[in-house]
Amino acid sequence: MAAHTPSGTSYVRAQAVAPLPPPLVESGAIGWLRTALFSGPLNIVLTILSGALIVLIVPPLLNFLIFDATWSGADREACLARPDRPVVGACWAFIRERLGYFIYGFYPIAERWRVDAFFVLLTIGIIWLLAPTARRRTLGAIYFFVVMPVLACVLLLGWPAIGLPEVSTTQWGGMLVTVVVSGVGIVFSLPIGIVLALGRRSRMPLVKLFSVIFIEFVRGVPLVTVLFMASVMLPLFVPEQWSPDKLLRALVGVALFASAYMAEVVRAGLQAIPRGQYEGAMAVGLSYWRMMGLIILPQALRVTIPNIVNSYIALFKDTTLVFIVGIFDFLRTIEAARVDPKWATPVTSTTGYAFAAIVYFICCYLMSRYARDMEARLTTTHRR
Amino acid sequence: MKRGILTFGLAIAIASAAFSASAQTLNAIKQRGALNCGANGTLAGFGLPDAQGNWAGFDVDYCRAIAAAIFDDPTKVKFVPLSAKDRFTALQSGEVDVLARNTTWTISRDTSLGLNFTGTNYYDGQGFMVRKSLKLNSALELNDAAICVQQGTTTELNLADFFRANRMKLKTVTFATSTEAVKAYDAGRCDAYTTDASALYGERLRVANSNDHVVLPEIISKEPLGLAVRHGDDQWYDIVKWTHFVLLNAEELGVAKANVDAQMKSDNPEIKRLLGTEGKYGEALGLPNDFVVRIVKHVGNYGEIFERNLGQPTPLKIARGLNALWSKGGLQYAPPVR
Amino acid sequence: MSRAGADEKPAISPLHDPRWRSAVYQVLLCAVIVFLVYSAVDNAAQNLQRARIASGFDFWHRTAGFDISQTLIDYSTVSTYGRAFWVGLLNTLLVAGLGIIIATIIGFIVGIARLSKNALVSRLAGGYVEVIRNLPLLLQLLFWYNAVLKALPELSDSLVLPGGAFLNNRGLFLPQPVAGAGFSVVPLMFVIGLAGALLFRVWAKRRQERTGLQAPILLATFLLVIGLPLAAFLLSGVPIEFGYPEKGRFNIRGGIEILPEFMALLFGLSIYTAAFIAEVVRAGILAVSHGQTEAAYSLGLRPGQTLRRVVIPQAMRVIVPPLTNQYLNLTKNSSLAVAIGYPDLVQIFAGTVLNQTGQAVEVIAITMAVYLTISLVTSLLMNWYNARIALVER
Repeated sequence: MAAHTPSGTSYVRAQAVAPLPPPLVESGAIGWLRTALFSGPLNIVLTILSGALIVLIVPPLLNFLIFDATWSGADREACLARPDRPVVGACWAFIRERLGYFIYGFYPIAERWRVDAFFVLLTIGIIWLLAPTARRRTLGAIYFFVVMPVLACVLLLGWPAIGLPEVSTTQWGGMLVTVVVSGVGIVFSLPIGIVLALGRRSRMPLVKLFSVIFIEFVRGVPLVTVLFMASVMLPLFVPEQWSPDKLLRALVGVALFASAYMAEVVRAGLQAIPRGQYEGAMAVGLSYWRMMGLIILPQALRVTIPNIVNSYIALFKDTTLVFIVGIFDFLRTIEAARVDPKWATPVTSTTGYAFAAIVYFICCYLMSRYARDMEARLTTTHRR
Repeated sequence: MKRGILTFGLAIAIASAAFSASAQTLNAIKQRGALNCGANGTLAGFGLPDAQGNWAGFDVDYCRAIAAAIFDDPTKVKFVPLSAKDRFTALQSGEVDVLARNTTWTISRDTSLGLNFTGTNYYDGQGFMVRKSLKLNSALELNDAAICVQQGTTTELNLADFFRANRMKLKTVTFATSTEAVKAYDAGRCDAYTTDASALYGERLRVANSNDHVVLPEIISKEPLGLAVRHGDDQWYDIVKWTHFVLLNAEELGVAKANVDAQMKSDNPEIKRLLGTEGKYGEALGLPNDFVVRIVKHVGNYGEIFERNLGQPTPLKIARGLNALWSKGGLQYAPPVR
Repeated sequence: MSRAGADEKPAISPLHDPRWRSAVYQVLLCAVIVFLVYSAVDNAAQNLQRARIASGFDFWHRTAGFDISQTLIDYSTVSTYGRAFWVGLLNTLLVAGLGIIIATIIGFIVGIARLSKNALVSRLAGGYVEVIRNLPLLLQLLFWYNAVLKALPELSDSLVLPGGAFLNNRGLFLPQPVAGAGFSVVPLMFVIGLAGALLFRVWAKRRQERTGLQAPILLATFLLVIGLPLAAFLLSGVPIEFGYPEKGRFNIRGGIEILPEFMALLFGLSIYTAAFIAEVVRAGILAVSHGQTEAAYSLGLRPGQTLRRVVIPQAMRVIVPPLTNQYLNLTKNSSLAVAIGYPDLVQIFAGTVLNQTGQAVEVIAITMAVYLTISLVTSLLMNWYNARIALVER
């Protein structure tokens, strides 16, 4: 241990090192840009590539949809390229003219208020069931699963006795059919799905067997074949005088299909409930149905609301497949209208698809946002 | 799958069970208050609804004639648009009472598909539509061409036969609906589009620039189009069949929409029997005796229906040709009302 | 009742005995199902009989008489309905198989891009997933089909691609390789290379266990399996010829033809499924806790090694089950081909054959059985795989 003498130790620095430059700004707009976009050579390349991609996609899209679009006009002339207007964007005039057809199909014009009323009833039911602040949800469930379907049937199909003329389902079309198909899917799939899920977890071997067979069978085949089966084979399986109409057959197919998927969603929810809840319920002497109805299902359904909404999104998108069995849903009306010679222009098809895409995107996006918010809400309550 | 096999097994087992035809179809229609008619829905001239949902066309008028015979009201028809692919199922399953969708009469359809054809209301043949720019003169030059065709039609089979018989190479592109097939042809996916010649005229109006397309002269098949009903109800079969025959007889005897009231007073025994002023031929069908008057008053006779939907006043401008009455060099020949 | 001993069960009335009740429930359920099935079958039999619709599987051997635009096996208009079934099935499997490969590649890229630190990249990937997942597949297919059809030039001004390929609205036409004389040496070398690679692997592993030295397994395998056949191919004077597509009067003849319907379906399915796979991949990677990465770094593993040896093996365990589900979905979704005219199983068999024969029950039953078999086989493979990776867990 030598004594420390400043003069003898040449390896000790005599002057202070020049201070390092201040660290790069990591907060604020510039800081964010630097860390998020330009933090290294690879990152810079990626940024430039994605920027190029965005430039390639977004401006032409906006030009087509908004800046070059035709907003009004009586027929195809309005949407054709002319010397003074070489670039033609979306032909919204076409959508405006056929909007009634896209929403109501061939529903008689004088009776269309009934469809509007149905939409209002449906909206009330959805808000009642899904709004986080809604009260008396049990009543809401009864309304949604019992009262509303009956009212909707009377409204849409008509009941001559109370002055509503009959409107046959062959006249239905457009958004109405899409909403009806997906609505029937959700209204039937949830109860049937719960029963199937309980059946699959049942201790009774036969009940379990039948539930498993049904669920796996339906989940193993494409919806298209289920719809084919419903539309082609179902009429053979019922007495001839019933002869269910085309829409009803598709509805049966969709409801069965959705039920099998819903069953799996509910089953996942049931599995998430800790065993203690079952044991507690049994310990206080509740019967099976009371245990399920009062203790397990309320909790299980609550945690699966996001998943239920997600499977509803899938169902909503899948309703487009009724197209294939010849039902005029929203997408089919657009397909039918886009080949109308009156509006035949090079942009008509693209406009039709763009419109359909926007409508479907808004609906599905809102639902998925809801599911995500609900999920966040649920996780926070659980954390507490 | 299992259920399917089981069904099939039982179907054979019960095959011997007796079954008696009854008047159920007519009664069901009367109870319902409307005739369910399976129609085309996309074919100008034969069956096409406008934007308001009003149907028009040659086959459509046949349904209106049947409704007029039953209800004395040609509007009591519910039209169900059917694609070629779905049409037989719709009839078999009872979704429609009658199939009036330019359907070709063949032996397999008449037997194993469970249908009864009620006559030939339009004698047709299969033709080709091509672009003028190809400068084709004959369908025999179509070797190796890509051809758009609608799925589930006799057209699809005739096409294969024609190419095979002439040792030509075929490339078909099949679509579920005629709309899609025409659209694809128009977009240049195929060199030719093939379907019944009558329909070709209508489809030609649906392509973007109809003057750029021509219909080739060859007719490669016999396509007797007609209305069809289900097996098992003979009375209903008779009604649909005789609706067609009385339309022809009315034209032959000069009974038309405008003069039907005057013709009621005619002394011609044939006209008297046709219009029900003599004999009870309607009753035998389960209809009122003046059912022909109802039909002709509301929709006219065969010639009027043809002209209104397909003839010179329409954009289709189809000549009567084979569909002229037998007395005028055509094939349309109806058994007498007697 | 109060005398009930410890070994004696309390006497319960059958009404409250769970075993009795479950037996009664099950018998009731069976009765209901038997009744439903019976009445359905009975109705079907009566309806078929009344309409005199043909039944049975005789149609399988009858001549189909229609043409199919894409056939992987020999098929002509004189082939049977049974042959048409196989053509359709193979077409379905082809589009599903290729779709799975492409969707997996896109899905993994997008899924990893969503986790990128680069905000633009992750948002772009997020936007892709959000948009694609929220649009119906059918709409996307129709769009692709019409976009593909319309965007491509007509036959007369086909795009000529390098290497003698053509692209137009009739499809993509590629040169078709035809094996020439002496080509057989290449597959032979491939087999030898494969065997060599396996042997090398065993040797390298033994050596590593003995001495701790690592051998460049990847490089050696690559050289043996790809390099050896390639060298043989080049040394034997490139024994391969190409059948070039050439313009005929109407169509392009020769070469390999890829239909636009096929391209649209493949595109649509891959892009749609990729969005779901991206989410699966993202969730899988996020499921591996950051502590694992940190621990690997502190052991001195390099980032690449960390990814390969620590993160991916654990993430795969989370990813594979939902990934298989997506593969099944893709296969089932390929039935949407019917909407754009690609000749898959549903379009040919449940479409044309059903329509031609009118035998709905038989045809639909066969079609469903095919999809069901695919699903069940995949599930079995999945269970086997799950069991295998579960064993690795310690």
